[in-house]
Amino acid sequence: MGSVTFFLLATALVVSALTVVVHPNPVKSAMALVATLFLLAVEFVFLGAHMIAALQVIVYAGAIMVLFLFVIMLLNLSDEEAEARRRGRALFRIGAWIGGGVLAAELAALFLRVPFPAPAAPPAGYGGAESVATALFVDYALPFELTSILLLIAVIGTVVLAQRRAS
Amino acid sequence: MVPTSWYLALSAVLFAIGAVGVLVRRNIIVVFMAIELMLNAVNLTFVAFARQLGTIDGQVIVFFVMTVAAAEAAVGLAIIIAAFRNRPTVNADELAVLRW
Repeated sequence: MGSVTFFLLATALVVSALTVVVHPNPVKSAMALVATLFLLAVEFVFLGAHMIAALQVIVYAGAIMVLFLFVIMLLNLSDEEAEARRRGRALFRIGAWIGGGVLAAELAALFLRVPFPAPAAPPAGYGGAESVATALFVDYALPFELTSILLLIAVIGTVVLAQRRAS
Repeated sequence: MVPTSWYLALSAVLFAIGAVGVLVRRNIIVVFMAIELMLNAVNLTFVAFARQLGTIDGQVIVFFVMTVAAAEAAVGLAIIIAAFRNRPTVNADELAVLRW
C-alpha cells in the first residue's frame, strides 16, 4: 500500500470514528461505527491479515452491530433530552477532548520516533485461514477452549439478565 | 510499503477518540460503541505488530479480542435492557444504582 492510500484510508477512519463519538443520534453513531469497522477490515487486508479481515466484517460489522442496532431500536430512544442534559458539563467535555488530544499526540509522537526496520516479506499463505487455524488449534488450543467457556457464561448471563422476572 | 509506526500512530489516534467518547457521551449505548472503537484500535496494533514480527500470533490474539468483545457486547446490552426496565433511561449519570 502506498502512503497516499494509507493517508486516504486513515483520514476516512478518523472521520468516521469522530462521527461515532460526536453524532447526537445513536443510530447514526452505530452506522458510523459500521463504516469504521469496514475501513479497519481494509487496513487488515493491507497488513496481510485476510482471515481476520473477513472475521472483522462477519463478526463485528455483522453480528455485533446488529445487536447494537437491535437494542437501540428496542429501547426506541429519543436522544434530544439526553443531549440537552449534558450541556452543563462543558468544562469537563473540553478537558476530555484536550486530554484525548494530548494522549493521541504523545502516543503518535512516541510511535513515530521508533525506527522499525522494514518487515520481511511474509511467507506464502500468511494470514490466510490455514495459517491462523494452525496457530489457533495447535499453539493456542487451551485459550481457544477457555473462550468457549467464556461464551457459554455470556449466553447464560444474557438470558438470566434479559428475561422478565415473573413477580 | 507503509512503516509499522504509521499504523501504530493511527491506532493511537483511534484509541484516543474512543477514550474521549467514553468520557464525553452520556448515552450508555454510545459509550459502549466507543469502547468497541478502543478495542478495534488495539486490534490494529496487534495486526501491525504481527506483520512487523512476521508471526501469526498477533492475529490469533485479535481473534480472542473479537470473541471477548462479542461476549461483552451481549452481556452489556442485556444489562442495559434490564436497567431500562427499572428506570426508562440510557443516561449514564442516572444509572448510578451501583455507585456508593
